[in-house]
Amino acid sequence: MHAALRWWPIALLITLLVAPYSALPVPGLLDGPLGSSGSLQLIALCLLYGALATGYDLLLGRTGLLSFGHALYFATGLYATDLGMLELRLPFAAAAAFGVACTVLLAVLLGSVSLRVTGIGFSMVTLAFAQAGAILVQRNPGGVTGGEEGRSAPADLLPSGLLGIENTANLYWVAVGYLLLTVAAVHWAVNSPAGRVWEGIKENERRVAVLGLRPYGYKLVAFVLSGALAGLGGVVYLLLTGGATPQAAGSDTTLALLVMVVLGGSGTRWGPLLGGVLYTWADHRLGDLANSSAVADLPAVLRVPLSQPLFLLGALFVAVVYLLPGGLAGLPARIRASRSARSVRTLVGVPAGRPTGGNPA
Amino acid sequence: MDTVVLLSCTGLGLGALYFLVASGLSLIFGLMDVLNFAHGALLSIGSYATWWAGTEAGFSFWLAVPFGTLVGTAAAVLLELFLIRPLYSRPRDQILATVGVGLAVPALLMGIWGADARPFPQPALLAGTWHVLGATVPVNRFVLVAAAGLLLLTLRLFLARTRYGLIVRAGVEDRAMVTALGIDVQRAFTLVFALGGAAAALGGALGGLYFGSVNPGQGTSLLIFAFVVVVMGGMGSVTGAAVASVGVGLVQQFANYYTGAGLGDLSVVVLLAVLLLVRPRGLTGRLA
Repeated sequence: MHAALRWWPIALLITLLVAPYSALPVPGLLDGPLGSSGSLQLIALCLLYGALATGYDLLLGRTGLLSFGHALYFATGLYATDLGMLELRLPFAAAAAFGVACTVLLAVLLGSVSLRVTGIGFSMVTLAFAQAGAILVQRNPGGVTGGEEGRSAPADLLPSGLLGIENTANLYWVAVGYLLLTVAAVHWAVNSPAGRVWEGIKENERRVAVLGLRPYGYKLVAFVLSGALAGLGGVVYLLLTGGATPQAAGSDTTLALLVMVVLGGSGTRWGPLLGGVLYTWADHRLGDLANSSAVADLPAVLRVPLSQPLFLLGALFVAVVYLLPGGLAGLPARIRASRSARSVRTLVGVPAGRPTGGNPA
Repeated sequence: MDTVVLLSCTGLGLGALYFLVASGLSLIFGLMDVLNFAHGALLSIGSYATWWAGTEAGFSFWLAVPFGTLVGTAAAVLLELFLIRPLYSRPRDQILATVGVGLAVPALLMGIWGADARPFPQPALLAGTWHVLGATVPVNRFVLVAAAGLLLLTLRLFLARTRYGLIVRAGVEDRAMVTALGIDVQRAFTLVFALGGAAAALGGALGGLYFGSVNPGQGTSLLIFAFVVVVMGGMGSVTGAAVASVGVGLVQQFANYYTGAGLGDLSVVVLLAVLLLVRPRGLTGRLA
């Protein structure tokens, strides 16, 4: 039984890979059957954000860097790839390489500046840079970014197998591929010698410095790797949605990633992925809920908050921070801890009080 | 010449607005290590409460501003008591909880009053212009500068001359030691939060005057510049924040006018990057 449980990621992967061939209806969770293009699109988006959150957690959960500017690297990958095709007429593969290269360059540049400040200052500086990026995209310099409207990807330069509703399954597999790559890269990086230094930096940066290692360099590597993964995510997002929109660069995107990581459990292997998938799914379904007639008929006291997805999101976030420290991934350990605490109490005969356990993030 | 004067006055007004937001942020950060993402929400609450009192409730402007400030202060105290305090031992979760509030409150305001900007009631006394060295400057710029100057003075007196100010200053230096001496730092937290909330709400009320309207996103966008100001001024330093506010406001106005295409916002970030390269600890050299 235990051995079987250990193989669940493989089982899940196989399920994910064959999902497009299935016509299994999933009432409540998805609108259409599993293999329909609408469902596949939503699942692909869920997986994409799961992967993005996993990459973001390389900073937050693994190195202890609270960046508020991750959307910038996602948007850079997205816009640079799109503009590489539109303005430079590069074929898709070259444009994607160009997009990721731009992201890496920007991450090196801005990371090396913002890591000069530690702690919360770092968060504020990354936020300021990301905001500048968002403003730049909005202002539409030279008509390049398309401002509010964004720019749609040129159909003639995209591979024909990734175009149109009939090819949704291919796009879905691209998203699965990106997820696999991210999970593998993060897993590999975290278990590398650098990963152990990151862990040390997260616990106590000064101690790492006293050991004779320069935290700055290690943090920069984490920042750039995480940024590069986000940039690649931007490329996948471009394929999935067929264009670049300014919302990708906004601070709400970073905050959404943060919510995903915290919801799932930061610093855990599967938590951010789970959080990203759940969040994205809930985000889409909440949007439907907000527009549904059931909400429109409610009295104003309930209708107004329920019709604002961001309100629900913010409230959910506060609730997770309070009620679920450690996120969903920490839930089994918390339940186990409270159960063992209860059994100890029954053995010793201590009246039940506050359950112990659960380590604060 | 008159353009330069006008830009300087407007830049100072904007800087004053940044200072109103940033001073509370800086104090809260300095004392509690909490990056208060809900500060923009407090500002929005202040500006909407003022707008509501001034239009829907029919208060005069001079009553609406204290009312808005009071509502913002109350919101700040509630935030501290119910959301921040239970997470006392988890500083990162305190930040995350404020992120949640910072998302939820503007969304709620948008749900109630819509996403569009609402015209802000301007009293006749403040709607006019003054002639300064040949330039025609809207009066409300001076109101903002006066409010910010008064706030700076009040905060400096509070920090330097009162017992609570002493506790706050000591708490910024070494919170553990102050607690060990048996002083209730918690109460100082609530007080600092109330002060910060009052400043932010006042900033919201006067920001309505500056922009001529209120909208749900105003608080969040001002908050970003307030963050820049706090980092540039040196964490937790009110005077540093004041100097940085003036710099940021002026640079933004001049860059906006002379470079066009709204490069002012970008120039602020460039200014921040340059400063961090030269002085990673900000103007006052405080540790981050």
